Amino acid sequence: MSRTGLFSRAGLAVAGCVTLLLGLSGCFTERQNEGAKLYATHCASCHGDQGQGLERLIPAVAKTDYIALHRAELPCIVRKGMKGPLTVNGIAYNQVMPGHEDLTDSQITNLLNFLQTNWGNTNQPYTIREASELLGRCNGSDGQ
Amino acid sequence: MNTSFLRSAGHLLLASVLFSATAALPACTTNPEADKPERLSIIGIKHSAPRTPADTLPDPVPSFRLTNQEGKTITNQTFAGKVYITDFFFATCPSICPKMQSEMLRVYKQFEGNPNVLFLSHTIDPAHDSIPVLRDYAERLGIKDASRWHFATAPHDTVFALAHAYMASAQVDKKVAGGFAHSGAFALIDSHRRIRGVYDGMEKSEVDRLIQELPLLLKEEQEEQKVATR
Repeated sequence: MSRTGLFSRAGLAVAGCVTLLLGLSGCFTERQNEGAKLYATHCASCHGDQGQGLERLIPAVAKTDYIALHRAELPCIVRKGMKGPLTVNGIAYNQVMPGHEDLTDSQITNLLNFLQTNWGNTNQPYTIREASELLGRCNGSDGQ
Repeated sequence: MNTSFLRSAGHLLLASVLFSATAALPACTTNPEADKPERLSIIGIKHSAPRTPADTLPDPVPSFRLTNQEGKTITNQTFAGKVYITDFFFATCPSICPKMQSEMLRVYKQFEGNPNVLFLSHTIDPAHDSIPVLRDYAERLGIKDASRWHFATAPHDTVFALAHAYMASAQVDKKVAGGFAHSGAFALIDSHRRIRGVYDGMEKSEVDRLIQELPLLLKEEQEEQKVATR
């Protein structure tokens, strides 16, 4: 075998590894922390960058009983929004929350799983299938 | 003789080197205090034709008559001898308002102990934001003293014209969430109805700048009062 052949083969192997790694990192980074990113884009302006809410105007999503107690309703609340009085951690709120028709079922799942498992909430996460089923209750599932 | 001349010339040279070094030193050291303006500039829009070539100052904040969350009439007189900060919002605003008002609240808490600093939030949705709605909003935000932070309403045209005067655009836009497009700008107004600062209420760093600059204006106002009462 010639020297150049050996080198080119080694080069090919290295290149292969690099492509594989790049491809893999692509798989991981694209949707990693998607829930946190979606929260920052769609929710943080009202609910606060740490989920702290705003005084008695907008309820917190960090350390709240509501998220555990109303687990099954949350996907539809994110999809359709809500209006009217509600009680969170013993405080009555009454604001309008806009819906998010632009999010897919899987995005809503990731977003809610981020909330269910962060900032002092230690609740059971959803599977995408479960979230889609729950979204079906308000005709809010897009099947994606 | 010769050597002493050389020596003194050497001393002179050394002295001049030392002098230039010390003169150059302040330029090298970064002193953040030195970068701060001593006096806030006067900003705003000039609509009226200048009366004299020297008349280049922006228009003062126009006369206004609004109603606050307690149903009381507020005018420019309400803010006489005070400095105040304005913004534009509406109670059901789902996009930028909560963030903006939480930043405004941060400024409020910082200057809560100073009765010379007032706050004025205008609703751009007077049809929905009645006086009880505004009162509820203020109370929920934790503002019990309406004379410190007014949540005010007025007919649409009045509010939109004021928004323009305070350099915060506001208009009806059915395409945006909530139905109104408006900027999150905070304007700082002195006791002579002049705009002394405009800050993006959506940016923490900008609001930090407001918190830093407000004492400069307060100092200026205090000095003016001293001169006036002398």
